[in-house]
Amino acid sequence: MKNPYLPIPMVVKRTQVETADRMLRTLELGFLKEEDEKAFRFVPGQFCELSLFGKGEAPFGIASSPTEKGSLKFTINKAGTVTTALHQITEGQEMGIRGPLGNSYPIELFQGKNVLVIGGGFAFTTLRSLIIYLLQPENRSKVKDITVIYGARNPGLLLYKEELADWQKRSDMKLVVTVDAGDKDWKGKVGLVPNVLEEVGPASENTYAVICGPPIMIKFTFPKLMTLKFPNERIYTSLEKRMKCGIGKCGRCNIGHLYVCKDGPVFSYEQLGKLPKDY
Amino acid sequence: MSLNPATLDKKEFGSFLKQVMQTYDVIAPVELAEGVSAYRKIESPEEISLASHNTQKSAKEAFFPQSEVMFRYEKEGNRTQVTSTEEVNRPRLILASRPCDIQAFSLLDKVFSAKEYTDVYFLKKREKTTIVGFACNDPLSTCFCTSTGGGPFTREGSDIFLVDLGDAYLVEFLTEKGKALSQNEFLREASEGDVARAKKLEEEASKRMNVPVPLDGIETKLDQMLENPFWDRIHEKCLGCGACTFLCPTCHCFDISDEASQKGGQRVRNWDTCLFSLYSMETSGHNPRPSGRERTRQRLMHKFNYFPKNFQKIACVGCGRCILYCPVNFDIRQVISEINEK
Repeated sequence: MKNPYLPIPMVVKRTQVETADRMLRTLELGFLKEEDEKAFRFVPGQFCELSLFGKGEAPFGIASSPTEKGSLKFTINKAGTVTTALHQITEGQEMGIRGPLGNSYPIELFQGKNVLVIGGGFAFTTLRSLIIYLLQPENRSKVKDITVIYGARNPGLLLYKEELADWQKRSDMKLVVTVDAGDKDWKGKVGLVPNVLEEVGPASENTYAVICGPPIMIKFTFPKLMTLKFPNERIYTSLEKRMKCGIGKCGRCNIGHLYVCKDGPVFSYEQLGKLPKDY
Repeated sequence: MSLNPATLDKKEFGSFLKQVMQTYDVIAPVELAEGVSAYRKIESPEEISLASHNTQKSAKEAFFPQSEVMFRYEKEGNRTQVTSTEEVNRPRLILASRPCDIQAFSLLDKVFSAKEYTDVYFLKKREKTTIVGFACNDPLSTCFCTSTGGGPFTREGSDIFLVDLGDAYLVEFLTEKGKALSQNEFLREASEGDVARAKKLEEEASKRMNVPVPLDGIETKLDQMLENPFWDRIHEKCLGCGACTFLCPTCHCFDISDEASQKGGQRVRNWDTCLFSLYSMETSGHNPRPSGRERTRQRLMHKFNYFPKNFQKIACVGCGRCILYCPVNFDIRQVISEINEK
């Protein structure tokens, strides 16, 4: 009988501060045991509980793609006890993870369809996983157009800047990066995500939309998707709620009869429409 | 020779138990303080306190303790050695668990033994445990188990079942696990009179049960009630102390936290409750259940709507503890009736 509460031992391979305010840091973790690495199979959209002995655990979406072998990436916003400790951990130190947990983006539904990815701020992590996954040559041929709209409050707060620069150059995807307010070096787009979405105006026909971002962004982007005639069953989002066990036992992350940890974190708007607004 | 049913004289009860304790860890009702009774592992039969009514704390503690160490860890340089506490070595026996609490075990099973993720701490204890049910000859006015699919003499879920006959117990061995205890020198064959007395007690107990609480169709009713002004009113009385959820045999919420020292420590899980504001409070400061309205609603919706949606059963066994021990006399039966009138 496997004990789902025991963390898998990992080692910090690399760390990177992502944003100018130094509040977001990416940890790249390697498996300490080969058998753990082999057994760890995940799909973009899933998450892990990161575990620091003596500090506790907190859930984070997996920011790397299953196509990037050998390690897992997590981007952590410094906010509480565990995340502060995760900002202090250094390369070579050991820690634990539990997972992969939760469901994933409905990748099988994306086959033969266009994919529109809309991200805001530091909610871009599992979207990165999804984009990298879809751009892998074998997977790329399975979906049609990929459009990514990604916004942050200012240029310094954009995640994964090097990759964004690479994606800009690609011909097999369309990337629109925008900021709410630019600075003297910013040559890109300035504008709020909902307005930029309207401007880009992607066709909703044969298209799935995946949207992750702060509640305020979602609130104003959703009506724009409605205007573009996206049906609720083709709009997906990933939710967060306070979690502990991550496996549907401890009770706290429910929205109606569903648990964000076990039945989510990815939900369609069709599903969410039937659930209480308990999030 | 195995006897079934058997009779056990009360004056032999201690000797019988001493024999049982050679093989089993016995978990039985113990009076911890005046008015505070709970199930605890006993070292001697004298510790047992078999009152005529149910314990204050439910028997769920035998599988899901209020505070439980999940693993210990020790740091050696950069390495961390983790030792799980999940193993259960000796067979265990819960003595005199009431039918309502036993029904609750079957509900907890659905949560903790769900195939996708098995809660090893719960399940390993469960598998190693023989359950001795204890008939309620004298149900309280707060009891409503007959409305939730049980009854004061319901044997379902018991491996062995005891009925208090006054000077003796009628002992029924119901499962193979239970029959393992039927070979005991202190048991004698039950007479027809003993069996008839038990039957009579059962009839009397069922007559004493209160008017049924209308629970049929409550799930469907609640489907339409999420935004009903009803919740604005009913939560006003609740102090949010959580006593009802801690004493509830079906409530299973827990928190996980680390207790650390310099070189090591342990990860512990503790009962938690949806009635506390910190329960759902996020680091950002956002709380999806900001007031008593949402928290009271969550407690009742979970029991009578969400749990039935997931497991086809309501998460209430009619034990009445939440009514009996609520400091402000919040009566779940009245709330159910009001929901039915909506």
